[in-house]
Amino acid sequence: MSKLLVYLKNYKLESILSPLFKLLEATFELLVPLVMASIIDKGIGGENSPHIIKMGAVLIGLGIVGLVCSLVAQYYAAKAAVGFATELKSALFKHIQSLSFLELDKIGTSTLITRMTSDMNILQNGVNMVLRLFLRSPFIVVGAMVMAFTVDVKSAFVFVVIIPLLSIVVFLIMCITIPMYRRVQNKLDGLLLKTRENLTGVRVIRAFGKEDNEIAEYRERNDILTAIQKKTGKISGLMNPITYVIVNIGTVALLWTGAIRVDGGIITQGAVVALVNYMSQILVELIKLANLIVTVTKAIACGNRVESIFELESSLKEVTETIKDVDDKKKDFAVCFEDVSLKYGDSEEALSHITFNVKKGETVGIIGGTGSGKSSLVNMIPRFYDASSGKVYVSGIDVKNYKKDDLRKKIGIVLQKAVLFRGTIRSNLLWGNDGATKEEIAEALRISQAEEIVENKDGKLEHIIDQGGKNLSGGQKQRLTIARAIIRRPEILILDDSTSALDFATDAALRKSIKEMDYNPTTFIVSQRAASIMHADKIIVLDDGEINGMGTHEELLKSCGVYKEIYNSQFKIKEA
Amino acid sequence: MQRKTIGKVLKYIDKYIDLVILSLILAAVSVALTLYIPILVGKGIDFIISAGHVDFIDIKKTIIQIVIVVLITSVIQWWMNIVNNKITYNVVRDIRNEAFEKIERLPLSFIDSHQYGDIVSRVIADVDQFADGLLMGFTQAFTGVVTILGTLIFMLSINVRITVLVVCVTPMSLIVANVIAKKTYLMFKKQSEVRGEQTSIIDEMIGNQKVVRAYSREKAVQEQFDKVNDELKKCSTKAIFYSATTNPATRFVNGFVYALVGVVGAIFAISGNITVGQLSSFLSYANQYTKPFNEISGVITELQNAIACAARIFELIEEPAEVEDLVDAIELKDVEGRVTLENVSFSYVPDRKLIENFNLAVKPGQKIAIVGPTGCGKTTVINLLMRFYDVNSGRICVDGHCIKDITKKSLRDSYGMVLQETWLKSGTILENLTMGKPDATREEVIAAAKASHAHSFIRRLENGYDTVISEDGGSLSQGQKQLLCIARVMLCKPPILILDEATSSIDTRTEIKIQEAFNVLMEGRTSFIVAHRLSTIREADIILVMKDGNIIEQGNHEKLLEEGGFYSKLYNSQFAV
Repeated sequence: MSKLLVYLKNYKLESILSPLFKLLEATFELLVPLVMASIIDKGIGGENSPHIIKMGAVLIGLGIVGLVCSLVAQYYAAKAAVGFATELKSALFKHIQSLSFLELDKIGTSTLITRMTSDMNILQNGVNMVLRLFLRSPFIVVGAMVMAFTVDVKSAFVFVVIIPLLSIVVFLIMCITIPMYRRVQNKLDGLLLKTRENLTGVRVIRAFGKEDNEIAEYRERNDILTAIQKKTGKISGLMNPITYVIVNIGTVALLWTGAIRVDGGIITQGAVVALVNYMSQILVELIKLANLIVTVTKAIACGNRVESIFELESSLKEVTETIKDVDDKKKDFAVCFEDVSLKYGDSEEALSHITFNVKKGETVGIIGGTGSGKSSLVNMIPRFYDASSGKVYVSGIDVKNYKKDDLRKKIGIVLQKAVLFRGTIRSNLLWGNDGATKEEIAEALRISQAEEIVENKDGKLEHIIDQGGKNLSGGQKQRLTIARAIIRRPEILILDDSTSALDFATDAALRKSIKEMDYNPTTFIVSQRAASIMHADKIIVLDDGEINGMGTHEELLKSCGVYKEIYNSQFKIKEA
Repeated sequence: MQRKTIGKVLKYIDKYIDLVILSLILAAVSVALTLYIPILVGKGIDFIISAGHVDFIDIKKTIIQIVIVVLITSVIQWWMNIVNNKITYNVVRDIRNEAFEKIERLPLSFIDSHQYGDIVSRVIADVDQFADGLLMGFTQAFTGVVTILGTLIFMLSINVRITVLVVCVTPMSLIVANVIAKKTYLMFKKQSEVRGEQTSIIDEMIGNQKVVRAYSREKAVQEQFDKVNDELKKCSTKAIFYSATTNPATRFVNGFVYALVGVVGAIFAISGNITVGQLSSFLSYANQYTKPFNEISGVITELQNAIACAARIFELIEEPAEVEDLVDAIELKDVEGRVTLENVSFSYVPDRKLIENFNLAVKPGQKIAIVGPTGCGKTTVINLLMRFYDVNSGRICVDGHCIKDITKKSLRDSYGMVLQETWLKSGTILENLTMGKPDATREEVIAAAKASHAHSFIRRLENGYDTVISEDGGSLSQGQKQLLCIARVMLCKPPILILDEATSSIDTRTEIKIQEAFNVLMEGRTSFIVAHRLSTIREADIILVMKDGNIIEQGNHEKLLEEGGFYSKLYNSQFAV
């Protein structure tokens, strides 16, 4: 948490002024009982009406000054807290964008989003509250005691006993209830899981007629949650009654000592009233403080979650300038893998000892079962992941020697999951190439078989795409993402199982038009369908992270068992 | 609308009416006692006049009184807290149970057409928000009102004229709070709009970071984010600051009231209309009287919010449930597996016709392959057979009984379903396998798992059959999950099967295993198969060809090929090279 406070540095002034003005306001508030005491002693005791009115004016004056101070404090607090959160968010966003996929995969997207949104809000709220109140409340509690000392030293010792006692009680109850609140939250998560699960599995549950069973299980969990909630409520509900008793015992003690002191002529009646008032001010502040502590505890928890993201360091090191250190033996190859292995974290190797060379302009098919490492392999070409051993070369240069942007400019990769962003069709296509001309756009659409999609939309290229491309079908999205890659005119085009939603005829037409493109890029096609890759110049068969066979369709049918198995499972009857 | 919702909430509370009455009594007593204490303190102060004029005996008496009252008050306060918690959490539990029960009874059409996230957030987040509001309503609104009334009475008993003064001035804070609230409402609305915008950027860009990187858009995206971030900063600072002025402003008004009471009271005291002790209690009352006014605007927003949340929950609870079984519904027994569809018409939305006048007669043990491109509506058939949806016209019969005359449970029990979107509940493997047959012995389960090729991988799991799997199968692979689903059906041996063949998400070896398991399962059973494999399709007794939700062709492989329609086109593009 503490490391995050750096982001307050641009708001130093605000962060200091806000509590300062709060203290000023509190000081004026602390003067009120003294003024009231003066009204009672001098005004009533001395039957001095002008003095009373004068003091009344002082009270209102104090109120106005307090109001102004408080407004200033609130303003600075809001400015500092929001500014802090804004800078932190921007920095975190930047940091996330710099992390490698190894880290991103491990953390998971949904966590990152919660940390960027709800955690940040809670954190902002926490900073705001701390600036406003964290100094104020203890200041009033201690200040009330100090003021009590100025009124009468001996009576003030009542405060010296009461305040630590109160602190202990508040602290103890918090210590007990905070873990309980956490348990409540966990149980609630359990209910959430159950509800979600029953929605996603509704068909299975109904098919098996398990509705009543599920209801019984839900009720059981719900009862447990309710029991914990009640128990937590019971303990946290003690806070107010106990503090109330302690403060009032303090008041009683003040009355008694006050009585003795007044009897001895040491203090006046008004002073006793003032002392009693200070005691009730403490009670009010304590309630505020308790709420504040809950907010702060939550904010600290969220701050730690945010900080833990900052602590991650990208495992990919980037060079500032591309080192044009071309390996002569490899300069004619678009892509070379040299004994490459890949490991995600501590798990088993996703790829082991992969070696192959691809000439410029070749078409490479990659096939294999799920989890055989197909996507991992192509993800290493634009260096989404670094090899744990071995080397990957693009145009004869080790990918680690490329400046990231230089490398990625050469590559157009279409991922398995077709992703489009909010905006027009045009703005999405321009992601591939900001400077694309009208003709280039049309050409890319033609190659990717996406012309008819654009033609049939209102506004054509200006048609608005919803978030996640929700207003397009799977096949439409896939074709547009392919167009986005083609528009780049990349040296290397990678299609990672990105035609799965296309029917076979469209898929075939797409492959044909890519082959006929005017500049002959090196193309990688990853697929589960033998039909999609069987015409490639080179087919790589992956099995369990290893190359099981490599060659043309005919060669593999003869030599590679796994390829034959896949092919036969899809074409068996026809061939037989 | 709002009144209706409140009425419904009251119905839930009605069950705990005795607790509510107790809570009200406790609140009244606790407020009365709380208010009584300043009087006692004031009395005590009046016994301390000046040196030599201190009445120690009476002070002692007063002190004992104060201590007793304070102790009683605190016990009652605690009791009241417990009672309020009990009411709130019980009501919330009841509502959640009812909402969940409704989910189990909702027609599939509702669940399919709503986002899960939305329904979940109603049952979890909205109910929670409602609970907060309800609790706050109980503790603050009620005690607030009682406090105002109580202090008013006490103040009147001390001095009528000063009381009138307080009553006239106090609503000022309410007005101030209201004005500020109205102004800030728009700012908050703007803030949440911008915040929503920012969340979508985060969601979109972080969620699809790979695409962002692939196109080196990091900088552009960062700029886009920072732009919205800066806008949000402006909105937030404004909204937070303006809303934060409420408290100081109302506090100022209260301070003003306090000063007024002090001055007027003191002048009255000179003329002997009121003692110093009384003035001290009066000041303390003036403070307590104004406090609920400060809180009231907050409580009102909170309550409004709670009612809005409650309305969303009731919307769910009041959704009509699935059609009930007929009173004299038949319990299907010893099903042979004869399925007939007669003149069936169906569509999800009236203006988009899907299936029209469809006829199909399936003899026991026949295999029906459903074929078509992805997204052609194969689930529609499943929806109708299992009666997840009702046909618009015509009828579907099993063994000659119209499915509307059969109990839903016995109808669904006669089907075994394995879908490609596997679903497993969080729990042990054993619990998942015995879903259809809770009284199965472990031996039976293992036998079913062996028959469906699931035993070998289950055995290798850390705790074998007792391994707990998390939501949606957790770390199991797609293929393993599907094998478990097959074993689940294998165990209850239903007379009719609905199977969904694997497409591309499963590797070849597992696929072969699944296919073998399917074959074992299908022996002698009527089976509907959403088919992708040529062998399955060719061996089927009847092929249903679907396109855009319609069943456009029907017949066996040879007949359909001869006809030269969509099927033959599909067949040729897919399998002819």
